[in-house]
Amino acid sequence: MQRYILQKKNHIMLISAMLIALGFLGRFGIDSMLIFNAALITASILGIAPIAIQAYQALKVKVVSIDVLVTIAVTGAILIQNYEESAIVTFLFLFGAYLEQRTLNKTRSAIKELTELAPESAWKQMEDGEFEEVDVDDVDEDDILLVKTGARVPVDGTVLSGEGHLNEASITGESLPVSKIKGSEVFAGTILENGTIQIKADRVGEDTTFGRIIELVEEAQDSKSAAERFIDRFSKYYTPAVLVLGIIVWLFTNNLELAITVLVLGCPGALVIGVPVSNVSGIGNGARNGVLLKGSEVINDFSKVDTIVFDKTGTLTIGNPEVAESAFYGNNKAEVLGYLASVERESDHPLAKAVLQEIGAAHFSTVEETEVVKGGGIIAQIDGHRIAVGNVALMEKENIVLSEQVKKDVQRFEKNGSSLVLTAVDGTLQVLMGIRDQIRLGVKEDLQKLKKLGVKNLVVLSGDNQGTVDIVARELGLTEAHGHMLPEDKSAYIEKLQADGQIVAFVGDGVNDSPSLALADIGIAMGSGTDVAIETSDVVLMNSDFSRLPHALGLTKSTARNMRQNIIIAVGVVVILLTSLIFGDWMNMSIGMLVHEASILVVILNGMRLLRYHLGGSKTNETEKAVMNQTETNSAA
Amino acid sequence: MQKATIQLETLACPSCLQKIENAVKGLNGIEKDSVKIMFNASKVKTDFNSKAISIEQIEKAIEDLGYPIIKSKVKSA
Repeated sequence: MQRYILQKKNHIMLISAMLIALGFLGRFGIDSMLIFNAALITASILGIAPIAIQAYQALKVKVVSIDVLVTIAVTGAILIQNYEESAIVTFLFLFGAYLEQRTLNKTRSAIKELTELAPESAWKQMEDGEFEEVDVDDVDEDDILLVKTGARVPVDGTVLSGEGHLNEASITGESLPVSKIKGSEVFAGTILENGTIQIKADRVGEDTTFGRIIELVEEAQDSKSAAERFIDRFSKYYTPAVLVLGIIVWLFTNNLELAITVLVLGCPGALVIGVPVSNVSGIGNGARNGVLLKGSEVINDFSKVDTIVFDKTGTLTIGNPEVAESAFYGNNKAEVLGYLASVERESDHPLAKAVLQEIGAAHFSTVEETEVVKGGGIIAQIDGHRIAVGNVALMEKENIVLSEQVKKDVQRFEKNGSSLVLTAVDGTLQVLMGIRDQIRLGVKEDLQKLKKLGVKNLVVLSGDNQGTVDIVARELGLTEAHGHMLPEDKSAYIEKLQADGQIVAFVGDGVNDSPSLALADIGIAMGSGTDVAIETSDVVLMNSDFSRLPHALGLTKSTARNMRQNIIIAVGVVVILLTSLIFGDWMNMSIGMLVHEASILVVILNGMRLLRYHLGGSKTNETEKAVMNQTETNSAA
Repeated sequence: MQKATIQLETLACPSCLQKIENAVKGLNGIEKDSVKIMFNASKVKTDFNSKAISIEQIEKAIEDLGYPIIKSKVKSA
């Protein structure tokens, strides 16, 4: 019976609205107080039923909820035969709850869209070797599954056979299909756009990357900042306090009407719901835009950030130095490249790796008498030839004459921002190579946007030499650049900034920078969505997309502002209601309930604005970014 | 020790949280510190001792408050 009444709450609300209309029609249309009273009493009793049931259930578990206040107030109104008030108040309360539910669902829509991407069923290989469709919960690790074209991959797994293109937007936010062949990893929630694959389940259910992302976002949306926890505690005592206040008012003034008005006005609605609603909308917006924000504390901190510290390799740059340009001066190119590759094979220097990658297959020879010249390069003997591989300083030390042509090339390559690798055989210069690590697409604009959003300092810390770091800093307009930094130097530097009273965010790839990520007020990981970084950081930029950073900052600023607005609205409403109750004579229960419900809707609608938040101009920048692609800078390791 | 995740119909009022929390914590065999009610996801997560209480009993306690359950999952923790 109880459950039946609760389920029919919306119907009750409609009937009670019609009864109220009928009552007023009776009174003012045909002047019948009988119809008026009968209709309103019925409406009151119908309307109070679901509220009273909720109040009873709350009291059973020792909670004084708003339902309790309203039930007492309405019962009081019926007792003093003010049926008009009792009917209208119950109707408004039910109607408000209905609208609340509807609008709240909107604020949660972003995360809902995400969870709806979760696969429901899977084709599992049974013992007889045939595939059968089963519920995704019945899939265990190591099961073999079939994924057909257009279907969602049900688990994280490895491709056993077949091939196809997968849309991984649900994991990485990147909608370009990715090709998968035997041995490739596939992720739950991604869509097979063409082909058919068989996969072995590696992780299932909540352990999949997709499951973890959802869990993380869900927990973030419900996480509470210190301010919210205070409000929570406050409201826990606030509602009983209002009840006590009502009783005191009644005892002292003997005015039951005033006492029950106090009960209705004291309902804490907007205060309790205002901040969570901003939080859920803000985090939902982020999740849809490739920014995972881990809770409202993170939002608060990040919105106040003074300094953002970047790791260079892999964050500002792609992190993969490549030979960008080369020049040959000798005649026997193949032989020289074979020598060069043989020497570089001995080294694990990032530049050497880039050179080897460029040369590819080569004739390797035995290298003898290898000598590493610190800050210069390598000198070695191959088949009786003296091979020198290194920078210009090494060539000078070796007394190798650089022709006018070579000097011109050296100048040109350096101006382009390349690190140079020169190769000389028996005292004659043969090859010049320029190696660069590309700056990520559009990083410069993104950094400018961050400055516009009020970030005071942009700092780059890198293990590279100071010269290379300086070039990157100049190119990107950073405020500070420090090279030769080991991971512990980086975290020490962050500590120093914090000691100066700055709020510091650190952006890194999350693997070797974990001390800094943990130490910074806000640790921002550039994650491909599959990294452990998801767990350790405060903010994750999905798909390692740097351009989401300005959006993330702008969003947290708007969300923090939105929370403050909602607190002001909620507190303001209570203050206005109470003062007008004391000093004005127009206040009554119905108006109080109306204002109360209206304020709840206002804070929810205000919070919903965040769902549509979009950083000004970031859409139109796509073409600029394409142009930026051409602008490359030195940042070799 | 078992871990339960219970998906409820959409929760609307923050005081629902308090009600459900108190109700679940009041049951025998529930690991009180593990009870987590997620308002926006409308989920209840809790660890419980399967010898002292069954998932059906937990579900019933919540449904008796008037919050219909969509589905629940139990994993060994």
